[in-house]
Amino acid sequence: MYNASDLRKGLKILIDKEPYVVVDFQFTKPGKGQALYRCKLRNMINGIMIDRTYRSVDSFESANLEQRKMQYLYNQEGHFYFMDLQSYDQSALSAEQVGDAKNYLIDNLEVDVLLFDGRPIGLTLPNFVDLLVTRADPWAKGDSVAGDSKPVTLETGYTLRVPPFIEEGIKITVDTRTGEYVTRVK
Amino acid sequence: MSPGSNDIFSQKERQALAAKGTALRRRAAIIQAVRRYFIEKGYLEVETPSLIPAPAPELHIDAVRAGGLFLHTSPELCMKRLLAAGYPRIFQICKCFRQGERGARHLPEFTLLEWYRAETDYLELMDECEDMVAFVLEELGLPPVLEFQGKALDLQRPWPRVTVQEAFERYASAPLEQVLADGRFDEILAFDIEPSLGFPKPVFLHHYPPALAALARLSRHAPGCAERFELYAAGLELANAFSELTDPDEQKARFEMELAKRKEQDKTVYPMPEKFLRSLPFMPESAGIALGMDRLVMLLSNQKEIDPVVCFTPEEL
Repeated sequence: MYNASDLRKGLKILIDKEPYVVVDFQFTKPGKGQALYRCKLRNMINGIMIDRTYRSVDSFESANLEQRKMQYLYNQEGHFYFMDLQSYDQSALSAEQVGDAKNYLIDNLEVDVLLFDGRPIGLTLPNFVDLLVTRADPWAKGDSVAGDSKPVTLETGYTLRVPPFIEEGIKITVDTRTGEYVTRVK
Repeated sequence: MSPGSNDIFSQKERQALAAKGTALRRRAAIIQAVRRYFIEKGYLEVETPSLIPAPAPELHIDAVRAGGLFLHTSPELCMKRLLAAGYPRIFQICKCFRQGERGARHLPEFTLLEWYRAETDYLELMDECEDMVAFVLEELGLPPVLEFQGKALDLQRPWPRVTVQEAFERYASAPLEQVLADGRFDEILAFDIEPSLGFPKPVFLHHYPPALAALARLSRHAPGCAERFELYAAGLELANAFSELTDPDEQKARFEMELAKRKEQDKTVYPMPEKFLRSLPFMPESAGIALGMDRLVMLLSNQKEIDPVVCFTPEEL
């Protein structure tokens, strides 16, 4: 159970039986009046943002959330399947729930899957993932518009810009938070 | 650690504090000018204790516990005891403490200016607010029209007066009566009305419903209203003033009601401030006002948030 005074960015609470995370938060209070907490919240299941104003008397239930280490197995018909590394149970996330994380999902990758009341609702990737370059055009020297980089395609279908010396068949490390090239894997 | 060592944290802190220099110097100049104003007007500067056994019982103001006592949320009750003892003009600039108040314009420890005057009412305090700000501007060598967040802030007298009723008609998404019935007064005031109040001149919001003025006298001029005003400038709440309630029975009844509501909401129930109540029969007709000094500094140094006008925020300690 949380009180309005516990509200802060990142707090996860239950509204209408669904988990929400506080993404923005403003405190105000007329001098003699009651404290007011104006929040922007993101629904952790469908990503929809809502605005709510809470008062000092309001309280909230905490959301029953749990993270479990899982291994990515495969995707089929718009669903991504994972295996719990402790129980060996399988869980599925929709393409919508996986979002841009699909750019980094390679077989056997270990991720943290977020469960709400035991149901999978999202995942957290490792910060760095090593991926194979499956297509790289030769670098056109003197292409000043592109600067000192060129586009390549990775095994997941993700394309990004890398330094000119990266060729097909090489593995590179990508930062999953920014989607950018970090280094060549030796 | 030796000077010149590569301590990034300390370097960042020194840069951040240096960047506050202009605002901090202006803050000092404003506080000194305010002090001169009241001294010149014949007010006695007083210092009442910060550690007190019984804060004023108000539903929405939470005191910080300190040992078996509380840190004062305002110096109001002690200052009124001085009034009752025959000090007719007193002022105080002091730190006050309110639990859980932290936002872009709130600090849990903040600086309040309070002044009380015998044989007068809240209307005269309006004049005094205008007069004091004019004095401060002159002392600081500032023009009467300033810029605040890209808009003109015109501090020339007189400042308009708007009743709570008129403010609701002009700016609110729902009528006053309905908002009071729904318990949404604070919300509508804070989000619909406040942002529009005090452009280009500061404005006195007055004629409050009595339920919203626990320590104010009922109006002799406007039936059904309390003699309370709030001063707003550029959307910022600056000050709250009352013609003081001097009837001990009425005051005790209002305090009991506030304490009962605190109990109902599981909040700390403060002891009844008995010594204050016993002094009330001796209190002259008077008016008093509390003005947020940090907010005044924000206004006169063109800062839309409170953090840049104090040396350290709680998070920086």
